[in-house]
Amino acid sequence: MEVRNLICIGCPLGCPVTVTIDGDDINVTGNTCPRGADYARKEVSNPTRIVTSSIRVNDGVIARVSVKTKNDIPKSKIFEVMEEIRNTRVDAPVAMGQVLIADCAGTGVEIVATKGVDRA
Amino acid sequence: MTHHDIVIIGGGPAGLSAAAAARKAGIQDILILERDGVLGGILNQCIHNGFGLHTFKEELTGPEYAARYIAMVEEEKIPYKLNTIVADISKDREVTYINREEGLVTIKAGAVILAMGCRERPRGALNIPGYRPAGIYSAGTAQRLMNIEGYCVGKEVVILGSGDIGLIMARRMTLEGAKVKVVAELMPYSGGLKRNIVQCLDDYGIPLKLSHTVVNIEGKERLTGITLAEVDANRNPIPGTEEHYSCDTLLLSVGLIPENELSKGAGVSMNRVTSGPNVDDHLETEVEGIYACGNVLHVHDLVDFVSQEAALAGENAAAYVKNGKSGEEGRKVPLLAENGVRYTVPQVLNVTAMQDAVTVRFRVADVYKDRYISVYYDDKLISKKKKKVLAPGEMEQVVLKKSSFADYPDISRIKICTEVE
Repeated sequence: MEVRNLICIGCPLGCPVTVTIDGDDINVTGNTCPRGADYARKEVSNPTRIVTSSIRVNDGVIARVSVKTKNDIPKSKIFEVMEEIRNTRVDAPVAMGQVLIADCAGTGVEIVATKGVDRA
Repeated sequence: MTHHDIVIIGGGPAGLSAAAAARKAGIQDILILERDGVLGGILNQCIHNGFGLHTFKEELTGPEYAARYIAMVEEEKIPYKLNTIVADISKDREVTYINREEGLVTIKAGAVILAMGCRERPRGALNIPGYRPAGIYSAGTAQRLMNIEGYCVGKEVVILGSGDIGLIMARRMTLEGAKVKVVAELMPYSGGLKRNIVQCLDDYGIPLKLSHTVVNIEGKERLTGITLAEVDANRNPIPGTEEHYSCDTLLLSVGLIPENELSKGAGVSMNRVTSGPNVDDHLETEVEGIYACGNVLHVHDLVDFVSQEAALAGENAAAYVKNGKSGEEGRKVPLLAENGVRYTVPQVLNVTAMQDAVTVRFRVADVYKDRYISVYYDDKLISKKKKKVLAPGEMEQVVLKKSSFADYPDISRIKICTEVE
């Protein structure tokens, strides 16, 4: 039986949660909401993260548009995802929610704009 | 002189939420004054996620959170002026602003809502010895340069201070290919949220050195390195603990200061602990008709709580404009922060005119384990709640119910404190 103490990153409350792993049986305590249990289970089996960054915009009123992975991606893929984000350029205008990369670094996850950028 | 029912100083999260709430409360004539070229304030550069879980029950990035409130203001057609800086607010609520189109203008406000936010503590306030080369930024400045203006801020980075912006920037710069060598914190605990230490430092193997500070800065044109040293209990560097780090960038995340020059000009009384105005439970300052909310009132960790607080200020300012006077006269009881509680907001509670429930927010002075947060009416213990961990970086709250004062008609003070057992 393995016991791991984690801090839930589901929201800024940062609950300290304890995960007890007994074979396939994973027990979570210390969470204040269901998200905490989900996070802890995932964190000990397949940890994932939302990645946020920005992409260079051609002819925009500002130089970069902020973006995020539409869903969480495996933690091990973060730097591959960043590499593709860094090598991408988009043309203004960009709308909030617009898909800027369809399948980022083979994760099957979209990169979407989190703000709108008008043409300069 | 033009008159507006409510003038809101600042179009960031606090100003936008106050405006939306005041309109909902029936005030048509509202004006937001914003010095930047866009609404949304600091959220525009906070491109990370984690905003909005309380307000919208989903996880948004800063720009997305701002967009929700900007949409409310646009849908309600609430007027705002961008690129407009307020130069003065007088005690009788005359607001003087300057912009390119109109020049210097003074308007009269039925009520004023202060929502100017806060700014970062600069290097000059730290007295770090050494040269003054390029490459030293406050963390928020670096965040703006990187996320909005698209500059690469640096390649080898040391961060002083473990406030949330510093932690967020440690991850951000790592993702952009920089090497963040260390985050040093003067205090024996971090000033940032726990989740940010996990997902910004631990995820990327960035060391956090508590009780450490920068004791020397090297480099004439561009920063070439810094010296870090451990500090003792009095925060003085311990000789012999110096370590050298070569770096081209030093980020400072060493605290936020509410931006209250305008409030002081209006004669608002200030709180020495929060560096914000003293307010009652209506979030009204000691100057009638002037309200305060958001980071100008006290620095928050969560924008969701800024929005809640600002909505309350908006509603109360609306009620003031409609009734022509502040909350009915009543028994105003001071809230005292004692034994490990550093301050409370509000500082005064009107127990006769208060809403059914009032949220009192506060911070503790140190990291405490297994302590109670206790509330006393005069010397009578009213409630106590056990907390496993309390930390200065995490704002706490208690809710006081109006009904709870029914048995205490002669109450003269409310005390909020921590207790060991």
